[in-house]
Amino acid sequence: MSTTNTQSDGPPADARTPDDRARVRRRSKQRRRVANVAGLLASLVLTGALYSVFAPAQAADDTTTESAAEAAGRELYENSCITCHGSNLEGEPNRGPSLIGVGEAAVYFQVHTGRMPLVRQEADAPDKPAVFSDEEIDQLMAYIQANGGGPTLPSGNLRDGDLAEGGELFRLNCASCHNFVGEGGALSSGKAAPSLEDANDLELYTAMLTGPENMPVFGDNQLSPEEKRSIINYVQSVQQQADPGGAGIGRIGPVAEGLVIWVVGVSMLMFGIFWMGSKA
Amino acid sequence: MAATATTPGAPTSRLSKAATEFDDRLIVAGPVRRTLNKVFPDHWSFLLGEIALYAFIIALLSGTYLTFFFDASMVEVEYQGEYDPLRGVQMSAAYASALDLSFDVRGGLFMRQMHHWAALLFVAAIVVHLLRIFFTGAFRRPRESNWLIGVVMLVLSLLMGVTGYTLPDDLLSGTGLRIISAILLSIPVIGTWAHFAIFNGDFVGTEIIGRFYIAHVLIFPAILLALIAVHLLILVKQKHAQFPGPGRTEHNVVGNRLFPAFAGKATGLLLVVFGVCAGLAGLVQINPIWLWGPYNPAQVSAASQPDWYIGFLDGSTRIFPAWDINLPGDYTIPALFWPTVVVAGAMFTVLALYPMIERKLTGDTAAHHLLQRPRDVPVRTSVGMMALTFYFWLMVAGGNDVIADKFDISLNAMTWIGRIGVIVLPPIVYVLTYRICLGLQQHDREVLEHGIETGVIRRLPSGEFIEVHQPLGPVDEHGHGQLAYGGAPVPKRMNQVGGARRAIRGFFTPIEQPSAVELEQQGEGRGLAAGEASRELTSSGRPSDGGRPSDGGRPQDTRD
Repeated sequence: MSTTNTQSDGPPADARTPDDRARVRRRSKQRRRVANVAGLLASLVLTGALYSVFAPAQAADDTTTESAAEAAGRELYENSCITCHGSNLEGEPNRGPSLIGVGEAAVYFQVHTGRMPLVRQEADAPDKPAVFSDEEIDQLMAYIQANGGGPTLPSGNLRDGDLAEGGELFRLNCASCHNFVGEGGALSSGKAAPSLEDANDLELYTAMLTGPENMPVFGDNQLSPEEKRSIINYVQSVQQQADPGGAGIGRIGPVAEGLVIWVVGVSMLMFGIFWMGSKA
Repeated sequence: MAATATTPGAPTSRLSKAATEFDDRLIVAGPVRRTLNKVFPDHWSFLLGEIALYAFIIALLSGTYLTFFFDASMVEVEYQGEYDPLRGVQMSAAYASALDLSFDVRGGLFMRQMHHWAALLFVAAIVVHLLRIFFTGAFRRPRESNWLIGVVMLVLSLLMGVTGYTLPDDLLSGTGLRIISAILLSIPVIGTWAHFAIFNGDFVGTEIIGRFYIAHVLIFPAILLALIAVHLLILVKQKHAQFPGPGRTEHNVVGNRLFPAFAGKATGLLLVVFGVCAGLAGLVQINPIWLWGPYNPAQVSAASQPDWYIGFLDGSTRIFPAWDINLPGDYTIPALFWPTVVVAGAMFTVLALYPMIERKLTGDTAAHHLLQRPRDVPVRTSVGMMALTFYFWLMVAGGNDVIADKFDISLNAMTWIGRIGVIVLPPIVYVLTYRICLGLQQHDREVLEHGIETGVIRRLPSGEFIEVHQPLGPVDEHGHGQLAYGGAPVPKRMNQVGGARRAIRGFFTPIEQPSAVELEQQGEGRGLAAGEASRELTSSGRPSDGGRPSDGGRPQDTRD
């Protein structure tokens, strides 16, 4: 400020009389006062402007900017989910986990496979026909994503990975629970790894991404999106592949084969030798 | 040669001349005649062992085809065959050649599947055959040696199965191999040495597939073939045992001669067994190794199970508590040792020694050529059922994860079902079997004493109702049968003694005119009705003359 004043309001070198000098002094004092006020005002405005640019806006937006989908999702949530997941997605002890951070990916998997809404509390949430329509699922996803955040749905062709690599990754990461070919298997205490037989690509992807039920999360650090797509490619290719050897008998290996040799093979031969005995 | 032409019975046809020339040099006519005249009893249960033999032959032939293409090597190769989802994957040459066998070799998959089905059938038929021998007492003196050989062959067939299961080197077989390695390591003192001797190093090494291969295709089959030969020679030498019945004694065998009747039947059965194996091989997929993937010790799949005949060991391992025994000085006996080495060792030892054990307990050292019906030896039958229950329950426990998954039962509950069942069920089955045996015996005695229930209710002049029984033989003054209990089947229905007249021939469809049978029988009187007019009732309310059933009972077979 002072430098500015010096430059603009410095006393002229040719001021002769004391009156003149006094007048000049008075005027420069006035100017300084005006400039100070203006500077203060400017900095206040600047601070306010900066504040309005950088400050979080959600408190103010709470009632005004919720989209129609989110609002519909909120209504569905409050009707079907709130009992176990709480009014602020914070979860309820002994009923349901918090949904903060699970993202729309988890909502898609849980609701699209019919696991949620849950029928009753038990070891495992079984898959069943979805309760909500695709549109309603979109609305729920929008609501949870807007209020809790978290992983989002992938886009594009989910099968554009390498088939053989997908097989290796599947056997390494998935087969220990879901079986060689995704037939599923038992876990401890009534829990189970489900069959992947009728899972669609998006369900497979979101399951890996969010780790539903007893499944671990395979985040993008463990399995990159490309690797996830390879696995999906492998799972779906094997599911669709015909059994070149005849009836697949569940593709679960020796247990079913043992059943077949006893029930079909041995009993057919017993019938054969009864027949021979009767011809004796 | 002019001299021989004048001898009586000299060969005239070209064929018989050739046969004579042959016999002059090798002197085989006598033994061949004796062999062709050997008599086989014709009860259906005598064909069970044959099923095992034919399954073995089929496995041998199909396995030979597989050896033309299989490469028992653990060299790492990159697969470049037909099966797309594995193309470019690193795997052993063994697995790659098994894949080629399945997808690139003409008829390879069919042969692989037939080999595997025949192998499963082989062990199953041995087990069923063993049960027949056990429950009818056919192992008694003088046949203990054949029983022992049979048990050894059963163990060999299990070893054949285990080594064959390992060969393709897929993820399933490698998991099994890992368990074999763990079982070997669990043996106290010699475990590590035994493991190193077999694997030539730590798991998995580079030798094991080659070693198992030679054991599977040469050593075990050679021993098995030799034992089969001995088994059959002893059988021919000792002659067949037979069920008791009319005309059957400890000193004869009633049945068909080897040639032509039995030879025809045996050939027929061979073709039936072949048909079942080929049918299964063509219609039902077995061990789809391409779905399992190559073996990698870092990988394991849910529901990795052994083939059914090893299932009981898997089950005993699954339900055995984790009781490691820690000894001072850093020594441990792993819990795995008990349910595998000890349980299997004990089971097969008791099985092998059973004839001696029974002889000791009963003091019966006589030679027996007549078989016993299971009901007539209730203790043995009940012991056998108890052992069978134990075995079966272990097998169920071996598949407990699949059962838990398919029937939505907790796996922990299945484990406890296995543990409790394996202790509680065998005694229950023992008691039940014992009671059933006694009940069946009692019913036989009842029929021998009072005759067959005819279902005819008659009202006496006094107003009393009686049920008419058809005695099986002569009766005493009280109307009680005088036939002794002989351990042979007793007819229980009138149809079995000709009450419904002669049966029309034909298994699936009649092969004779039903009307002709009717005509033939119209002249005959019918069982009870025939003697109706002349029958005089005794004071006990029973016909005084027991009377033989009309026309001598059962439909007669000429050979009896």
